[in-house]
Amino acid sequence: MPLISPELVEQHNLTPEEYQRILKTLGREPTLTELGIFSVMWSEHCSYKSSRIYLKRLPTQAPQVLQGPGENAGVVDLGHGWACVFKIESHNHPSFVEPFQGAATGVGGILRDIFTMGARPIAVMDSLRFGPIVSPPNTPAAPATDGAVNPALNRRILRGVVGGISFYGNCFGVPTVGGETVFGASYQNNPLVNVFALGVARKEHLFLARAKGAGNPVIYVGAKTGRDGIHGASLLASSEFSGADGQQKRPNVQVGDPFLEKLLLEACLEAMHSGAVLGVQDMGAAGLTCSTCEMGARGGVGIEIEMERVPQRETGMTAYEILLSESQERMLLVAQRGREQEVFQVFRKWGLDAVEIGQVIEEPVLRVRQGGEVIAEIPNAALTEQAPVYERPWAPRLRSAPMECPIPLEKRNGAELGEDLLRLLSDPSIASKRWIYEQYDTMVRTNTVIGPGGDAALVRLKETGQALAMSVDGNGRYCLLDPRRGARMIVAEAARNVSATGAVPIGATNCLNFGNPERPSILWQFVEVIEGMAEACRTLDIPITGGNVSFYNETDGRAIDPTPVVGVVGLLQKSDCLARIGFRQEGRRIIVLGGVVTIREDPLICFGSSQYAQTILGTSWGIPPWVDLEYEKRVQACCRRLIAEALADSAHDLSDGGLAVALAESCMAGGQGATIDLNWNGDPRLLLFAEDPSRILMSVAEMDLVKVDRLVSEYNIRAVVLGTTGSAALSLSHQGEALFKIPVSALRSRYETALEQALEAVSS
Amino acid sequence: MKFGVVVFPGSNCDHDAFYAVEHALGQQAAFLWHQSTDLQQSDVIILPGGFAYGDYLRTGAIARFAPMMSAVRDFAERGGLVLGICNGFQILLESGLLKGAMLRNRNLKFVCQPVHIRVENIETPFTNALRPGQVLEIPIAHAEGNYYADAATLEQLETRRQVVFRYCRASGELAEDANPNGSANFIAGIMNRAGNVLGMMPHPERASEALLGSTDGRYIFQSLVNAVAGGRRVAPGMAAAR
Repeated sequence: MPLISPELVEQHNLTPEEYQRILKTLGREPTLTELGIFSVMWSEHCSYKSSRIYLKRLPTQAPQVLQGPGENAGVVDLGHGWACVFKIESHNHPSFVEPFQGAATGVGGILRDIFTMGARPIAVMDSLRFGPIVSPPNTPAAPATDGAVNPALNRRILRGVVGGISFYGNCFGVPTVGGETVFGASYQNNPLVNVFALGVARKEHLFLARAKGAGNPVIYVGAKTGRDGIHGASLLASSEFSGADGQQKRPNVQVGDPFLEKLLLEACLEAMHSGAVLGVQDMGAAGLTCSTCEMGARGGVGIEIEMERVPQRETGMTAYEILLSESQERMLLVAQRGREQEVFQVFRKWGLDAVEIGQVIEEPVLRVRQGGEVIAEIPNAALTEQAPVYERPWAPRLRSAPMECPIPLEKRNGAELGEDLLRLLSDPSIASKRWIYEQYDTMVRTNTVIGPGGDAALVRLKETGQALAMSVDGNGRYCLLDPRRGARMIVAEAARNVSATGAVPIGATNCLNFGNPERPSILWQFVEVIEGMAEACRTLDIPITGGNVSFYNETDGRAIDPTPVVGVVGLLQKSDCLARIGFRQEGRRIIVLGGVVTIREDPLICFGSSQYAQTILGTSWGIPPWVDLEYEKRVQACCRRLIAEALADSAHDLSDGGLAVALAESCMAGGQGATIDLNWNGDPRLLLFAEDPSRILMSVAEMDLVKVDRLVSEYNIRAVVLGTTGSAALSLSHQGEALFKIPVSALRSRYETALEQALEAVSS
Repeated sequence: MKFGVVVFPGSNCDHDAFYAVEHALGQQAAFLWHQSTDLQQSDVIILPGGFAYGDYLRTGAIARFAPMMSAVRDFAERGGLVLGICNGFQILLESGLLKGAMLRNRNLKFVCQPVHIRVENIETPFTNALRPGQVLEIPIAHAEGNYYADAATLEQLETRRQVVFRYCRASGELAEDANPNGSANFIAGIMNRAGNVLGMMPHPERASEALLGSTDGRYIFQSLVNAVAGGRRVAPGMAAAR
């Protein structure tokens, strides 16, 4: 009578075919412990079985890349003997089930990925998406609401997530320097919490997660193992949700202790610098199982561990539970035999447990003993590179939105356009995120040159005089209408944000949030996004050095909008040679680098993908613009050159809400008004609010216009002068005819208060 | 002169204070490990910000028992200069070196933002480089900075001029909308009766370089340098920085 029943296999989220494969690999029936191990390692979350073949299409190589995908994080050379290490990861399902701990442990997990590589984390950013936090307003074409939108729930989730990030990052001592927070109906019951972290290290201190040298001790450090988070990777991250799961799956979420992680950071870096440590891997998803077999596989050796030596928080834990626990703040080290006392001493100094739980062995297997008896033995390769890979069927998704504008676009007068701008500024997706980011320590480590509120964050490096710019961007609205075009747009925008500070993009990491890949239309979205992202990264010369795929973002059969998020990192050689978004001085000429209209397609069709269409018209249609990547590249290069030559007084990327919102933001940030005339034929509504790519709003001194013009020609791009900074209001006219004039203080009172009002004024 | 920066497990502004003293002030700095009692001949001790011992139980509640804190207490009793910043202030309160306690911020949230503070007493080793009533822009970053003391203690602090900094508007005016955490009497920093121990919630080490937005924090470090040197000089480069 077999021990493993088909039901048990199904409960482990393994298909009958996958189970046959296990039987073949082992040549026998697996033990329950082994079944658990296969279950987590072959889960979508750990194995990337549905995405792996497509991810290969992304460009990952460049001269500056020291480590591409496959390690805990990517590594890029900064020169001067330094390197930066960065990655983005999702913690979506845990953050829905238990927002505070879900988000907190999301931060903890990515930080461990960074210091596992030997780098000290110096910056965190978060890309957050929630369902609407205010009831949908009355709009001309309000989509039929299915009554599923629950603003009170979404506010609660948001408060929990922000609280969790604040709790973990602040105590750990890493500044949260920026990010994005976006609201959309598809994130109801499926919020997205993507956390980006970046660290720096001297090149000779970089570490890889590899075991080597048979006989070397395998050392467990950090928190004791408990029953929390068992099957987090396989059940939370690799399957869809139904509404009731929110409660039931709460025990699968881990609990974080940032103080312990801070000690772990200091102790690990100190131990790694001692030379006694050969390899390090954190215990994240799939815990001890994943760290042992991956370290063995990468090093071409095996690891043998003894369950009874694993520090345990509670009594009576089975091997199955110990191996699959996702207790936080734990690391696995391989030390040099004979020098383990040095390692123990460092951990004792920091008040941490460090225990030898096994050793490196020659056979390339994961061997688990309990009281000396072997209870699991699996070839590493079967769990890692030989895990199943699927080329699942995909098919284009039928459009749900029309190509043509579905409602009559009546002409708006100037005052109405002014009111539209104010409404956009108070849309929670565009409004100031001060209520959120003031809960984060944005300055600890005293490196934050540009914190939240700019295009990209800018963090200086004390050691080299350089600075690193970073921006995370996604856009589900674009990608739902056309995933490939949308992906091109977000890469271009993230890179543009970085370039608008003056920094040169040097690498990127991506977090790909999608629905269930077993549905052909979802997989199609994924494949198209990869294609678009690869095109943009190739043309803009930005290698993707790692990232994360998050599938199964569905609840009750409803998938999120396809939401790839990209984090682009840029290098500024001199930390003080930079641009900020605000108009700082009066009497400066305002230009749009790239031109006001940069698309050659029907502007009305592209307008349907804009924030204006969503917020003001309450609908969407058409497709996002097809960004001309070669042109984009030249615009960004020209922008960086203008900043480097100190010709730019300010620089701000144009994105959501178009020219009007960018103008308002530059006015508010610098406390300067502006007088603008749009001297183009056509509907001023489109000129103000369309989201053409490849545009950067700058202010420059009148006397420098000639030099600017020369550089603009040199880069073979366009630029137009729109007006002048000064006064206390934003005044706009169209071909000489006044449209509206809004005091900067009035812009501010809408922009600064909208989010707080939505979150604080409503009792919930 | 030498600044000693105490490192507790969970301190996370220790390197920032060290850097500010060394680079912005050009002075010597040393890290002092919490389990040691060796002050390494420091002239001034800084208790930096962070989450010492995870701030378990209460902020600063466990840190007061560290061996280093008994050395710091002896040092303070002998008249040595001690500056507690943020978590360092909380530790000074728990240690009894300063009076009062910290409540959670009025809005119950962590708050990180630049604030204005007004100096109330320039006849101290921490403020001798300032003008009377001078307003400084320095960031705060804390969840428990809502200073509380009973009425008698507050009155004593006021009459003995132990209130050194108050939250204020950019103009220097005191107002509830400029009180970021709800502190009694707008208190941002107080000293002991002898005038050699100061605790403040704002982070002067985060306001020591123009690149990061403000250099006002340097006045405080410079005052300490002046005090140790025995003279009273205006900080170098301050006129240009203003």
